[in-house]
Amino acid sequence: MSTENSSPEKGYLDMDLLRFTTAGSVDDGKSTLIGRLMYDSKAIFEDQLESIENTSKQRGDEHVNLALLTDGLRAEREQGITIDVAYRYFATPRRKFIIADTPGHIQYTRNMVTGASTANLAIILVDARKGVIEQTCRHSFIANLLRIQHVVIAVNKMDLVDWSEETFNKIRSDFQKFASRLDNIVEISFIPISALKGDNVVDKSTNMPWYNGPTLLYHLETLYVGPDANHVDSRLPVQWVIRPHSDQYHDFRGYAGRVAGGVFKPGDDVVVYPSGFEAKVKALHTADGELEEAYSPLSVAMTLDREIDISRGDMIAKPNNPPTVGQDIDAMVCWFSDKPLNPRGKFLIRHCSKEAKALIRDVKYKVDINTLHKIEGDNQFTLNDIGRITIRTASPLCYDSYKRNRVTGSFILVDANTNETVAAGMIR
Amino acid sequence: MQDYSVTHLKQLESEAIYILRETAAQFERPVLLFSGGKDSIVMTHLAMKAFWPAKIPFPLLHVDTGHNFPETIQYRDDLVAKLGANLVVGSVEEAIKDGRVVEEKGPNASRNMLQIQTLLDALEEGQYDAAMGGARRDEEKARAKERFFSHRDEFGQWDPKNQRPELWNIFNGRMAHGEHFRVFPLSNWTEMDVWQYMKAENIELPSLYYSHERDVVIRNGTILAVSEFVQPRDGEKVEKKRIRFRTMGDATITGAVESDADTMDKIIEEVAAARQTERGNRADDKRSESAMEDRKKAGYF
Ligand SMILES: Nc1nc2c(ncn2[C@@H]2O[C@H](COP(=O)(O)OP(=O)(O)OP(=O)(O)O)[C@@H](O)[C@H]2O)c(=O)[nH]1
Ligand SMILES: [Mg+2]
Repeated sequence: MSTENSSPEKGYLDMDLLRFTTAGSVDDGKSTLIGRLMYDSKAIFEDQLESIENTSKQRGDEHVNLALLTDGLRAEREQGITIDVAYRYFATPRRKFIIADTPGHIQYTRNMVTGASTANLAIILVDARKGVIEQTCRHSFIANLLRIQHVVIAVNKMDLVDWSEETFNKIRSDFQKFASRLDNIVEISFIPISALKGDNVVDKSTNMPWYNGPTLLYHLETLYVGPDANHVDSRLPVQWVIRPHSDQYHDFRGYAGRVAGGVFKPGDDVVVYPSGFEAKVKALHTADGELEEAYSPLSVAMTLDREIDISRGDMIAKPNNPPTVGQDIDAMVCWFSDKPLNPRGKFLIRHCSKEAKALIRDVKYKVDINTLHKIEGDNQFTLNDIGRITIRTASPLCYDSYKRNRVTGSFILVDANTNETVAAGMIR
Repeated sequence: MQDYSVTHLKQLESEAIYILRETAAQFERPVLLFSGGKDSIVMTHLAMKAFWPAKIPFPLLHVDTGHNFPETIQYRDDLVAKLGANLVVGSVEEAIKDGRVVEEKGPNASRNMLQIQTLLDALEEGQYDAAMGGARRDEEKARAKERFFSHRDEFGQWDPKNQRPELWNIFNGRMAHGEHFRVFPLSNWTEMDVWQYMKAENIELPSLYYSHERDVVIRNGTILAVSEFVQPRDGEKVEKKRIRFRTMGDATITGAVESDADTMDKIIEEVAAARQTERGNRADDKRSESAMEDRKKAGYF
């Protein structure tokens, strides 16, 4: 379903932005690919290149190791693996990109989820020699769960399989079989590449004349990615109340937050949840003046036509399509802690600007990553497990399903003793 | 249908404002680290916007190495007065006098490492639990790994191998007593974004950022402005050059670039054509491969 951008050359100020993440198993070549992408599109500075050339030489590497561009931590360079997400930025005349290069090692899955949670597209690498393996499936499943709608399967290391079309086709059909059960992904493309040699990354490969599709960069530049935001259900999670305490703005009470969905205009009827108080929008303030309308993801300060008690954690919405207000949450979660999740365990839930105590009521099932089958009756979640649970919160949350709204449908669980973030949740 | 698209600069602005408000809300005593550099100037501007029409609800903290360009201090004091903000100064000079830190010796001595202790002392003294910095991920490879909300243990240390997951835009700023957070609202900005934004917002900058003529010496390939703190050594010759600064820091280590760019537009042109990162000129980063990571682990900005 890819459509081309009609006007390739845009000014810096009106360029659109694509956020993408890498995924796939350890050593499949994710970091090398990002290095290659930036190197071949001349987005690397001389001093950066010099530094990785020196390091490569010192280590006796045969080639300049382009993975060193993103593997910036000492431990990563020593071990030759990625441990945590690296964010990289580059622009071509067509688009601006924010790249999250994530680790493939299963031990660092939570860092992969971190990088993927804000992406609109995932490049999932597959080592042509190994094909689709468990970690490919795990990451694809996570991408699907996070509702990353666009996926590129980059079949890498084609140089090591003699640029074989047959190998590529086999991997494509294996993945397609698996992906038929991934219901959120809108579009999947397959590109055979060699991150090491640069084939089909920025420049078209001469080693694979059988491949007629676009190079990876061209695909990333031209793919149509629809708006991520929900412009239907109006939501303003209140982060902070602005009270100037000055003579000029004596009675000013601005409800500050970033619009999480829909559109607000002065004069709109709104309801504050969970209290249910009603009011009209008086104005939408920014330091640059009042707005005629506010929509996602703009940060604003809203004033209302009457004084009501509103504080951080409340949600301002419209009466015709309110959020669900409730204390019982049904959600898919990814478990990040070494300590297993126990049914009846108590945590803190953070959802939008709200924090509340939460109790795990029930584990409905865990997901078998390879088959995507549900495992029922085993209700202990351990590190990196994914599954469906129900939660009871101590006070009501104002939420939507994750499917409808990525902001108001997501939450994290925090262990109150260690303060660690132990799970990412997506409301059903 | 209505077009609700938002330019990427507006998205970055909105994200930074969101982070600044989140920091004000989640912490008891946050503080904004103000260095006088362009990134901290932009961050301060965003803080003004985030809480307008109220004043910025946290103080600005300047860790002063004592090696400042006078222009930086003038600019700082004017800005603070204009915003009605609260300024706290942590002085490396005083830390040296008190014997809390010892000045490095030798020809390449710098006060960069001393800033760490002074910063940690200032944070402890003010009981600040969150320090907002203008660092960007595109600046340096260790910074590329940083979270928006970055946890520091009771010794002020960063543990890059064990960072908290940070999902969507939900930030977990919970911590134990004595620990603190570093918060980076400009994480996703590039150098170009910062310049474009300053132009779009008409943000005034210290004159040092624009091309001007100055006496300089060239030391280890870096152009240093001759000042009270940087005097020519044997064999070095003082030259007059047209220069400007791409970053601002301790005068003894911040290198200048030769440039005729005396307006924002010309600077943007130069940034677009640059083949070196802006920190490529900083002696502190040149010390070793993982100089930045090591300093960050110890508690640097
Ligand atoms: N022959 C060949 N080797 C490659 C190719 N791409 C990557 N490699 C090599 O594969 C190894 C792993 O590459 P990385 O880029 O570090 O892999 P990664 O996927 O980032 O690994 P993690 O981040 O640790 O999961 C390195 O030795 C690369 O040089 C390729 O296209 N062909
Ligand atoms: Mg990697």
